Amino acid sequence: MSGTIIKVSGPLVVAEGLSDANVSDVVRVGSQRLIGEILNMSGDKASIQVYEETSGLGPGAVVETTGMPMSVELGPGMLENIYDGIQRPLPEIREMSGASISRGTDVPALNRSKKWDFVPTAKAGDKLSGGDVIGTVQETSAISHKIMVPPGLSGTLLSVEEGSFTVTDTVAVLEDEKGVKHELSMMQRWPVRINRPYARKFVPSRPMNSGQRIIDTLFPIAKGGTAAVPGPFGSGKTVVQHQLAKWSDVDIVVYIGCGERGNEMTDVLMEFPELTDPRNGEPLMKRTVLIANTSDMPVAAREASIYTGITIAEYFRDMGYDVAVLADSTSRWAEALREMSGRLEEMPGEEGYPAYLASRIAQFYERAGCVECLGADGRQGSVTAIGAVSPPGGDISEPVSQATMRIVKVFWALDSSLAYARHFPAINWLTSYSLYLDTLAPWYSKEFGPKYMTNRDKAMHILQEENELQEIVRLVGQDALGAADRLTMETAKMLREDFLQQNAFVDEDAYSSYGKQFELMDLILSFDEMSRAALEKGADMKALFAIPSKARIGRAKMAAPDRYKEEYAGILADMKKEIDAIIEGGEDA
Amino acid sequence: MIKDYKTIREVASPLMVVEQVEGVTYDELAEIELPSGELRRGKVLEVEGDKAVVQLFESAQGINLAQSKVRFLGHPLELAVSEDMLGRVFNGMGRPIDGGPELLAEAYRDINGMPMNPAARAYPAEFIQTGVSTIDGLNTLVRGQKLPIFSASGLPHAALAAQIARQAKVLGDGENFAVVFAAVGITFEESEYFIEDFKRTGAIDRTVVFSNLANDPAVERIATPRMALTAAEYLAFEKDMQVLVIITDITNYAEALREVSAAKKEVPGRRGYPGYLYTDLATMYERAGRRIGCKGSITMIPILTMPEDDKTHPIPDLTGYITEGQIILSRDLHRKGIVPPVDVLPSLSRLKDKGIGEGKTREDHAGTMNQLFAAYSRGKDAKELMTILGEAALSDDDKLFAKFADEFEKQYVNQGNTTNRSIQETLDLGWKLLSILPRAELKRIKPELIEKYMK
Repeated sequence: MSGTIIKVSGPLVVAEGLSDANVSDVVRVGSQRLIGEILNMSGDKASIQVYEETSGLGPGAVVETTGMPMSVELGPGMLENIYDGIQRPLPEIREMSGASISRGTDVPALNRSKKWDFVPTAKAGDKLSGGDVIGTVQETSAISHKIMVPPGLSGTLLSVEEGSFTVTDTVAVLEDEKGVKHELSMMQRWPVRINRPYARKFVPSRPMNSGQRIIDTLFPIAKGGTAAVPGPFGSGKTVVQHQLAKWSDVDIVVYIGCGERGNEMTDVLMEFPELTDPRNGEPLMKRTVLIANTSDMPVAAREASIYTGITIAEYFRDMGYDVAVLADSTSRWAEALREMSGRLEEMPGEEGYPAYLASRIAQFYERAGCVECLGADGRQGSVTAIGAVSPPGGDISEPVSQATMRIVKVFWALDSSLAYARHFPAINWLTSYSLYLDTLAPWYSKEFGPKYMTNRDKAMHILQEENELQEIVRLVGQDALGAADRLTMETAKMLREDFLQQNAFVDEDAYSSYGKQFELMDLILSFDEMSRAALEKGADMKALFAIPSKARIGRAKMAAPDRYKEEYAGILADMKKEIDAIIEGGEDA
Repeated sequence: MIKDYKTIREVASPLMVVEQVEGVTYDELAEIELPSGELRRGKVLEVEGDKAVVQLFESAQGINLAQSKVRFLGHPLELAVSEDMLGRVFNGMGRPIDGGPELLAEAYRDINGMPMNPAARAYPAEFIQTGVSTIDGLNTLVRGQKLPIFSASGLPHAALAAQIARQAKVLGDGENFAVVFAAVGITFEESEYFIEDFKRTGAIDRTVVFSNLANDPAVERIATPRMALTAAEYLAFEKDMQVLVIITDITNYAEALREVSAAKKEVPGRRGYPGYLYTDLATMYERAGRRIGCKGSITMIPILTMPEDDKTHPIPDLTGYITEGQIILSRDLHRKGIVPPVDVLPSLSRLKDKGIGEGKTREDHAGTMNQLFAAYSRGKDAKELMTILGEAALSDDDKLFAKFADEFEKQYVNQGNTTNRSIQETLDLGWKLLSILPRAELKRIKPELIEKYMK
C-alpha cells in the first residue's frame, strides 16, 4: 500500500492515496525510507510525523505503509545497549555511518546474529497462557531474561528446545485451542503506545531505596510509584536522575535522555560500566537500558522516546522485576508534542501546548505501578516512573509542571538558591512532598523500628521551625532568640549540612544505606536532645555548640559503609561525656 | 537539469512564494537572480503541491516579481571549507569580505551539520587553563565544552571572552589550535575589538571570522552561526585542530529567528519566540564536543545579553538548559569596579568534575572549590543581614564570613583583564582566603588536605 507526498513542512509530511492505511501505522517515506507515523487521516490524505530529518523530501515521493503501529522489539540484547528514540541501536549506527547519525538507517533493535543460551523451564505438554515463562536466558551476569509466551496467546506446548539461538530462531511451538501452531522465538513485538497487560495492580507498599538521604528518609518513593523532579537549569536535575539510576535498589533501570545534552548520555555510557551495584557487586551497566534522543536529534523521535522507554520497562516488569524508568526531561517531550501540534494547525491550549497535554502526561505516569504479572506463577513486578521537568525560568506555574504535579505522588522540588550555595542535592525540604509516607511507614517500622519515622517527623519539624525563626532573625537579629530557639537553629543547620547535603562525586558519600541514614539522623537528633536537656540545667550555649564531637558529626557522613556503626557510637559516647562535663562545669561556676 | 522559474507570486520578507514548481524538496537551497544579475539565497521551508515557500537568507530588497528568476539547486545551503579559511574574514553568508581571493574549496559541507551520535562522543575531560580564577578555580572549562557567557547591556563580556581566547591553553600541550569567531548582529566596534585583539596577539592567523554586523540583514543571522560551526567542525574533526568557537550575540540570533517565525505566522511560544527555539538553539550548541577517535575538539563560548538582566528570559533560560553551565556577569560587581565581574554563585560548569583533581589540576581542587562557593554564599548572606541590622547583629563566625566575602571579591574575582593566573596560583589564593575562616567550618575539605595545603 503506497501513497504520494503532497506537502512537506519540517517533520510533518502529508501524503495522499493512503486510504487503506490505519491511524498510527508506521510508514516509510521517500527513497531514503525515512521512518514516520500516521497522526491523522482525512479522506485518503494522511498527516505523517517523520522521525528523521526531512530535508530533500518533496511532493511526488513515495510513502509506503507497513500496516503496523509503532512497535518495539523485546527480547535479549536490550540491556547494556543504547538506543535512539525509535529503538535503533546507536553503537551499530555508529559502526555503519560514523560519528553523525545519517538518515534512513535501518538497523534492527535486537542483534539478529548474536546467539543466546536458552534454557527451557517449561516442557512439552505444558498448558501455557500469555505471560507464562517457557525458559530463561542469562542476558548479563546480573540479569536472567525470562522468555515468556506473548500476551493473548495460550495453548499446549508441543516442543521446546534447549541450546544456542538467535532472537528470531524458533525455540518452542505452541498449539492453541483451535489447533493452530505458533512458533515462538525469544523476541516479541509490542506497540509502544499501548500498555502491556498484567493480571492486577496493587497499591505500592515497599520503598525504593535510592541511597540518597533526603529522598529515602524525608521524601521516600515507593516501588511502583511516580515522582517528578522539577527545577531550573543548574539546579542538579540530571545529577539527581543519575544518582537514582546508579543506586536505586531495582533490578532494571531504563534511562531515557529525552531532548537533553549528548555529553550526559556519553557520561552514563562511560561511567556505568565502571560503577558497581552496592547490592550484588555487578557493574551497573549490566542492568541498564539507555534511550537517547539528544536535543540535536530529530524532534519527532523525541516524542516517541518516552513510549519506547516505558514499554521496555513494562516488558521487564512482566518478568517479575522491579524496574525504574527515569525520563530526563519530560518538558522536552511536551515541547515536541507542541511542535507537532503547531504544524498540524491544531487549536492550542495553554502556552501553545496542545489541549491533550495533561492527558498524555497522565497516561505516561499511569503506566507505572506495582502489578501481579500475567502467568500462572503469580510473580510480581513494578515500574517506578521518575520524570525530570524543566520549567521555563524555574517557574512551576507552567502547564507541564502543573499537569505533572496533578498526577505524581512524590515531588522533589529543586531550588536554585540551594544550588548557588552548593547545597546538593538541591531538593528543597519545605516545598517537596511525598504522598507515600503513610503507605510506607509500616515497612520502615517493621525494618528499623518506629523510631525511623518519628525521627523523620522530628527533623522535618525542626527544619520547619528554622524557617520561621529565620524570618525573625532577618528582622531583629540572632540575639533576640532564646537559647532553645538558638539550639533549634543550630540543629537545623546540622541537619542541612551534615545530613541532607550529599556529595554525588565522593565515593563514601554517594550512596548511604538505610542503616547509615538512620544512625546519622539519630546522632544529630541526640545532640539536639542532650543539648536541650543541658540548656535547661543552665549549661552555657556557646560551650555546647563548640564541643569537638559536634565537628565530628560534620564529617560523619564520610564514614565507610562497614565502619559507620562503631564510629557513630564513639561520637555519641564522647558527645555525652562532653555535654555532661559542660553541665557539671556550669554547676560548679 | 536546473530550471529557472519566473513564477514568484509573493515576497513578504523574509518569505517568498514560488508557484508552478516541480521536483522541489524541503530544505533545498534556492538561488534568486535579480534583473541586475545579483544573486540572493534562500531555503525551501515548505512545499505543497506545486507551491514552494522559500525563506530568504538575505535581504528581499530589489526582488522584482516579474523579472527575478528562481533556481532550486537540489542541495541544502553549503559552505566551502578548506584549511585556507584560517586568517580570513567572511560575511555572514560565508563570502570573503577581506579583499582576498575566493576560497579554493577542499569540500562543501551542509551548514546544518548532522546530529552527533551520543555513542560516538568522547566525554570532555581535559582541563583548559584560561588564566581567569573564577573560571579555572570554580567553573572549570574543559575541552569540548559549551560554556556560554550570560551578560547584559553595558557589561564587559567582550573583554572577558577576548581574555579567554588569548590565554586559554591545555597544560603541557602544544597542539594545533584555531579560533572561529562569529559576529552575529553586533556593532562594528565590538567586532573590531575582537579582531584587533586577535591581531595584537598574533592569533589572527589562526582565526576564521564570520561577520554579520548590526546593519546587515537580520535574516542572514540565522545562517551565520551555522556557517561558523561548519567551519569549526571541518577544522576540528577533519584537520585535528583544537577549535575555540566564540559566537556573539545569541540574543540577536534568537530575535532574527523570531522575526522569521512571525512572518511564517507560527503560534508563538513565550515572549513571541517560536516554540522550537529550544530545539533550534540545541542544534547549534550540541555541535560542540569531541568525538571518539578524533584528536580535534570544538569548545564553544556563546555570548548572550540577557534582556533586562533577566536570567529567566527565554534566551538565557533555554540556553542554560542546553549548555554545560554558564558564566554569569553581574552588574553589581561591575559597578564596584571588579574586573571581570563574574558572579560566581549562579555560574556553573557542569563538566568540571571530570576535568579537575589529581593528575589534571591538583588533588585539593574539588574540595576547595566547594568550600569557596559555600563560604562566599554564606558571607554574602551575612553581609545582607549586616546591611539591615548592623554589624553587631552578626555572630563572630558570620563576621568572618562577611570579611571573607569581601576579600574574595577583591582578590579572587578582581584580577583584571591582563592577569594570567596559573591554576596553582588560583588554588593557592583560594587557600589564602579560606585561612580567614575558622578551621571547624571547613567541612567540605578532607582534613589531610587542610593539613597539607593550609599555610
